[in-house]
Formats: sequence, C-alpha cells, structure tokens
Amino acid sequence: MGPRPRSFYVLAAVFTLFVVFLYGPTVTIAILSFQGPQGGLTFPMRGTSLHWFRDLFEQQAVGDIWGAFRRSLILGLMVMIVTVVVSVMGGLAFRKRFHGSGALFYLMIAALVIPSILVSLGVGLLFGRAGLPVHWATSGFGAQLTWTLPFGLLIMFAVFNRFDPAFEEAARDLGASPWQTVRHVVLPIIAPSLIGVALFGFTLSYDEFARTLLTAGSYNTLPLEVYGMTTNVTSPVIFALGTLTTVFSFAVIGVFLGGALAMDRRRKTRAGGR
Amino acid sequence: MTDHARISAPRRSLGPNVAGWLLVSPLALVLSAFLVLPVIMIVVVSFWGTTEFSIYPAFQFDNYAFLFGSEVTYRVFLNTFKYAVITWALTLGIGFTVAYFLAFHVRTQTWQIALFLLCTIPFLTSNIIRMISWIPFLGREGIANSALLSWGMIDAPLDWLLFSDFSVILAFVHLYTLFMVVPIFNTMMRIDRSLIEAANDAGASGWQTLAFVIVPLTKPGIMIGTIFVVTLVMGDFITVRFMSGSQSANVGRLISNDIALLQYPSASATAVVLLVVVLVVIGTLLRFVDIRREL
Repeated sequence: MGPRPRSFYVLAAVFTLFVVFLYGPTVTIAILSFQGPQGGLTFPMRGTSLHWFRDLFEQQAVGDIWGAFRRSLILGLMVMIVTVVVSVMGGLAFRKRFHGSGALFYLMIAALVIPSILVSLGVGLLFGRAGLPVHWATSGFGAQLTWTLPFGLLIMFAVFNRFDPAFEEAARDLGASPWQTVRHVVLPIIAPSLIGVALFGFTLSYDEFARTLLTAGSYNTLPLEVYGMTTNVTSPVIFALGTLTTVFSFAVIGVFLGGALAMDRRRKTRAGGR
Repeated sequence: MTDHARISAPRRSLGPNVAGWLLVSPLALVLSAFLVLPVIMIVVVSFWGTTEFSIYPAFQFDNYAFLFGSEVTYRVFLNTFKYAVITWALTLGIGFTVAYFLAFHVRTQTWQIALFLLCTIPFLTSNIIRMISWIPFLGREGIANSALLSWGMIDAPLDWLLFSDFSVILAFVHLYTLFMVVPIFNTMMRIDRSLIEAANDAGASGWQTLAFVIVPLTKPGIMIGTIFVVTLVMGDFITVRFMSGSQSANVGRLISNDIALLQYPSASATAVVLLVVVLVVIGTLLRFVDIRREL
C-alpha cells in the first residue's frame, strides 16, 4: 500500500460532508428538543429543559402517542416475523426455476416500484368494498408486507447468489433429507443475513407512512400520529417525539447489529477451535 | 456399492415445481391479495361515477376525460418529471462519489463496513422525522438564514429555503441518496481489482480508469439505484406536500387531494395513469439491466 493519492483527501472531505448532511438535521432537532418552555422551533435556545419530553408523557397534551407507539411496535414485530419466514421460503424456492418463477419475480419487482399511494388506496378500497373492517393489523399489515417482502427477498437473492452449494451436496451425500439440509446446514449458514432481513422488516414497518395512511383504520400508527402532529403542533414537542423515536430506532438497529456481530464472532471462535 | 447407490439415489422428493410453489405460496398469496387485487380494484373504480355524496359502480370514461382534458394534469405530470430528473441527477452524483470512496479508497474491510453502515442507518429511521428536522435549518429565522446574514452574504432572510421546490428536492436527496449508494457500492465491490491494475499498467490516468473501466462496470448498480430513486420520487406525495408547504404539486398530491375529498374514482383514474407512466419508465430501464444477476 503506497501513500494515499490526493483524490483520497478530496473524496474523504466529500464523504464527511455527506455524513454531516445525513445526520446534521437529526442532531439539530435532538438539541432543540431540550428547548426551555418558552423556546420555539428554531435557535436560539431559550434555556434548556425536559419540558417538551414531559409533555409527551401527559396523555391529553398531544393525542394518543403511546397507544400509537404500542400499535407500531406490535405491527413492526408482526411484519418482521412474516417477512423473515416468507423471504427465506421464497429465497429457497427461487434458487430453482419453477413454472411461473419469472412472472412471480417480476411481480415482486412491481411491488417495489408501484407507488405506495396506490397500494394504500387500492387496499383501502378493496377492504371497504368487501365489507372487511379496515384495521392496522389486517389491511395495514398486508399493505406493509408488499414493501417489506420484496426487500427481504432481494437480500435473500443476494445471499443465495453467494451461497456455496457444496455444503448442501455434502449434507445430501451424508444422507440428510431435504428438510434436514435446510434446518442443519442452510439456515445456520444464512442466519446472520436473516438478522438483516428482520431489521429491515421491523424498521420499514415501524416507519412506514404512505402504505398505512388509508389502511390503518381508526387507530393510528406512530408515523400517522406524527404526521397528524405536523399539521397542528407548532412547538418543540414534535422535536422531542422525533428525538425519542429516532433514539428508539437507533437502539433497535444497535441490538440487531450487535446480535449479528456476536453471532459472527461466536462462529469464528468455533471455527478456530476446530 | 449398493450402499452408495442407495444413498445417492434421488430421494423421494417433490418435483421442483411442487416444492417451489409450496415455498412461494405465502409470497404469492400476499402479493395477490395486497398488490394485484388492489391494483385491479383501482382500475375498476377509475371507471366509476361520483355524485356529491357517494361513488357508484359504472363503466364510463368521465374521470379519464376530465383528467386528460385538464391543463393541470399536464403541468403536474411535468412537475413530477422535473422532481424525478433533478433528484436523480443529484443522487447519482453524490451516491456515485460516496460509493466510489467507500469501495476504492477505504482500505480495510472493517472500515468499509463501518462507514457503509454509517450511511445506511438513517434509511432505517423515520422519513417524516427526517423531513421535520429540516425546519430549524431552512425557516426564515432558521440556521441557514441566520448564518448567511451574520456572514454578510445576504441582507434579508431568503424566503425560498423552506416551502419551495428547493426544499422539496433537498429533502428528496436527503431521503433517497442511500438508494443510489447501496447498489452502486455493491456493484463496485464486485469489480475485479486486477482490471484496475491492468488499466494502470497500460498507462491509463486515474480519470481514464474511472471513465473507461469503473463507470461502465458500475452501470448495473447505477440502473438499480435509478429505478429506486425514480419510482420513489414519482410516487411520492408526502415529501412534496410537507416540504413545499402545500405550494407545489406532483401527481401523488393530486391523488391524495382527491382521496381527501373522497373522490375515489377520480383518484383512481389519476393513479392508473401514474402507474402506467411509472411502469413504462421502469420497463425501459429494466431493458438495460438483469436485476437477478446483479444482486
């Protein structure tokens, strides 16, 4: 490795600016959420306080955000579990060509590119016309899956494209049944990637707005509640809420990444031990 | 010998078709119920009629006639394309540069992964919060204006920073550059490094290597990123509404306004036209890339 070329420093500067651009606004509202009780939506800070966070915990002040949070959490977990299971099954299936696999693949691409508002409108209309109750756990749940499943599958495709079939052949040669091969060979190998799929499933659901807009029914999820606040709340309480959910998202990401890292490390020590 | 034959003989397993279909049936079921049927529903409803208080089943072209007869439609579609093209150009420029830095200038894999995650994490947080967080920056009394004022670069606060096309595109770039970075980085990491050495040895300058080796080999990633960014911007309604302060319009807002007025047939007709336009654009882009091979 020679000395770094001058272009390195230029690009490193661009990259740093990009990171500042990505995180700067979030950090700003995090700071502003500690505004004093008289403070406004921008600087200067008029003192520092936890006033706006306290407001969040007073039920009547800003609507039902804790109920919304609970619903988003449950919905996120539902979406996460289904996304992981269905993506793995789909990923396994797509390794071989079967009748209609091409059509289904393009349907999946369509799910990625069809504007979210169409999904929202269509599912809302369909449930309404069919006389089914529009509810976040039914219509909202399904509408979100049309977004998380393609992402999960894309990750599975990437994983299986790099998967060495020799492991499976070895298992088969040793007399493992197809199910045993999947259970004891394939799944353990792809497990760290499944953590990634789960993370995507949960966070995409937890933050989804457009697809739940017309499919959540009378009980809001958290992003819908936040959006409602943007139209009628003009105090830093909205920054406090934004900061809290972002901190929560970071915590979730941290837990998942930590899990993947721990799994990786355990695997390496085990491999080294043999 | 007999033992070996018994073990390696094909086990009694389901044919590839049956096994495949069993495995994808949940996926197919979800996509049919929550994507195919809803889209069919929208197409059907787009031919329905509206009274002041309700919608009724019919087969009439009124909604389309109104849509295509209105000058607003063309203006709004044009505006939607404008957002898409500008956002695409900016996200491509920034996304390529960032991915190039990560793939070719960061030397250890640990740092690569760490910096890549640093770019990816914001994507996993709330879009709405990320939009809200521009307010303290761009408002009349925001950070940008006060900084520019105190530096003496402007005499009066700039009004066009927030609630303008500028802020809409800024938010799009902020939200969606990641969709360029990830696929481009992914493709770059698969470029055989010996090709770059070969270009160096053959006397190519850094720029020539970039233009004639790296860019052509990165095209599939660029295409995938383009597909994401273009569809996200064209289908958006919330960013335009929020960041323009309801002053600019795109097709998504046209649809959501109709929905708010319970004009579902009219909303559906606009949605169908939007869908056709998006599918044509994506269909064209897909001709240049084999997505399944590039993952």
